[in-house]
Amino acid sequence: MTPDLPKYKTSDEVDFVIVGSGAAGGIMAKELSTNGFRVVVLEQGPYLTESDFVHDETKIIGEDLLTNKPKLQPTSFRKTPSEKAKPQRAVVYGRCVGGTSVHFTANFWRFHEIDFIERSKVGAVPGADLRDWPITYADLEPYYTKVEWEIGVSGLAGASPFDPPRSKPYPMPPLPVKSSGVIFERAARKLGWHPFPAPMAILSQPRAGRSACTNCGFCLAFGCEVGAKSSSLATAIRVAEKTGRCEIRPNSYVHRIEMDSNGRVSGAVYFDDKRNTHLQKAKAVVVCANGAETPRLLLLSANKQFPNGLANSSGIVGKYLMLNSGGVTNAVFEQPLNDYKGFAVSRLIHDFYELDHEKVGFYGGGGIDARFDFTPIGFAMGGLPPGTPAWGKVFKNTLANNFNRTMELFCHGTSLAVETNSFSLDPDLKDAWGLPALCLTYRDHPDDLKLWAWQFLSSSIQATSDR
Amino acid sequence: MVNDLSRRSFLTRAGGAVSAVWLSAHWPAIVAAAEHAHQAAKSSAPGKFQFFTPEEAAEIDAITARIIPTDQTPGAREAGVVYFIDRALTTFAVGDQKTYRDGLPSLQARVREVLPNVDKFSSATSEQQDQVLHTFGDEVGPGARNVRRRGGGSFFATLRVHTITGFLIDPDSGGNRGGVGWKVIGREPEHMFQPPFGYYDKDYAGWQPNPPDAEKSKA
Repeated sequence: MTPDLPKYKTSDEVDFVIVGSGAAGGIMAKELSTNGFRVVVLEQGPYLTESDFVHDETKIIGEDLLTNKPKLQPTSFRKTPSEKAKPQRAVVYGRCVGGTSVHFTANFWRFHEIDFIERSKVGAVPGADLRDWPITYADLEPYYTKVEWEIGVSGLAGASPFDPPRSKPYPMPPLPVKSSGVIFERAARKLGWHPFPAPMAILSQPRAGRSACTNCGFCLAFGCEVGAKSSSLATAIRVAEKTGRCEIRPNSYVHRIEMDSNGRVSGAVYFDDKRNTHLQKAKAVVVCANGAETPRLLLLSANKQFPNGLANSSGIVGKYLMLNSGGVTNAVFEQPLNDYKGFAVSRLIHDFYELDHEKVGFYGGGGIDARFDFTPIGFAMGGLPPGTPAWGKVFKNTLANNFNRTMELFCHGTSLAVETNSFSLDPDLKDAWGLPALCLTYRDHPDDLKLWAWQFLSSSIQATSDR
Repeated sequence: MVNDLSRRSFLTRAGGAVSAVWLSAHWPAIVAAAEHAHQAAKSSAPGKFQFFTPEEAAEIDAITARIIPTDQTPGAREAGVVYFIDRALTTFAVGDQKTYRDGLPSLQARVREVLPNVDKFSSATSEQQDQVLHTFGDEVGPGARNVRRRGGGSFFATLRVHTITGFLIDPDSGGNRGGVGWKVIGREPEHMFQPPFGYYDKDYAGWQPNPPDAEKSKA
């Protein structure tokens, strides 16, 4: 499956080193290599492919086959900077070629126009630091379209009255509706809301040698064994490799960006799988190591000239972390939904994407989707109603009744920008390579919690609307 | 169809995931059983144990049969969970060996304390067995997502996770013998499905657009 790869030597000064091969790194690799540049992608995780994507929950989830490894890469957590952070799993991300795009839900919404101009439209929000983006939705629109067509996104243009303008429809029709979607759609319409088929980065039709979704039911958290999920692995990485100019180098843990005496980047320093250190020389380094490891790498790369880390003249590297708030409401129905079949989400609403903050008394908004994202063991551990016994006859009977009769309403909401919410280097905790571990500092803005409560109420009303 | 919906039974979980931090750790904390690849964990002939002695296996088997009991439908015993756990402890869950080594004698001590006239767990009645297991009550929590930390979990909490795992794992992965666990929960054995999937989508009339003049009314 891997074509003739250029095996660049570490001493070859390539045009670009890209750190990370996920949603950002994969696209960068494709764009740069198809435009003639020589590229090395350094990915800390292994190079897995479709045949590795089994449905074994202990392997994929229990052993973190696709994700960062808590034992090798411990993290710490605290709510505020005044606290001492305690070791705790604080972040989950894809650690394999393709990154988090390999295992993600594949929800593929565009941002709306408001997201780019919140500050000028809404004004200041106490306790938060809203800013406008330097670009607008209109600037980005052509690229949204390009991505949707290049990787393959299923959806129905114009189905949501809240959708921002688009220059082209989706390249393929929506995925089939699930029982959760039908129930959701009916309840939402009854309440005067505007449900629509979920845009998903999963193929509803065969495309570019890839299979359409087979509805296997092991989607969120799992890699797709037929390549229907439009991950960077299944799309951009393969295009990049076909150019013959891009080398994907797995098991390569970049921990420092090297700089010459002129203050120019000269390459990336990484550990290979035997923990030997290498320097891959490059004219430029593109850091695409996700929202957690990107700031960590910039901070780890501090040197005499840049004692606060690279790209950090502002002092805000790692700060203003916005995670996305969320909450889940489950409902159990009399007849089987069999929602374990297929991908997670088939319907959602954006009626509350842009709430009138003066009316509701807080700032924020988001979407609510209808889903079922559990696999069998996960459901037994975390999908049963509160108060269900943890073992015994009632546990078993509840499990037996609820597994194929449950759906979830997932509320996605704003996380306001707060300076102290951040990733930083833990002063004490080290990873298995002896490097400072990631420390997450996070406390929800009060408005985020109000939004959560409000969405929860709305989703509960929706779940009971046909009573 | 609206009437079908009106028979919706009840609203259950009120999202525990308040915090964004919790959300980011939503799914991965659920199965903590494994450390290494474990294709070795394929079914072996019943009766042969690699980790447990036959006596220990009888005790473990009896506990798994109270965690997921056999009634009108198969339970942990029919799914061969004790064999799954035995293999797990010599393959991908070797890190949990000590938990079992220490846990079995402590179970024995509990049995003697709670049931002075019974010599071992497996020879007690079901009611008596439950009585013993209820003394572990606070160790498994309310059945929530945070089951236990990796490694070093308590004996009963670990055994509970292993039992559920051995009962519900993909049968191709070395547990859930005969797929009985999936049968019990109504999960069809295939790994490829076509719509309609369930009761509520089988008569779906097809997508109808939202009213074109839908007012983008804010809440």
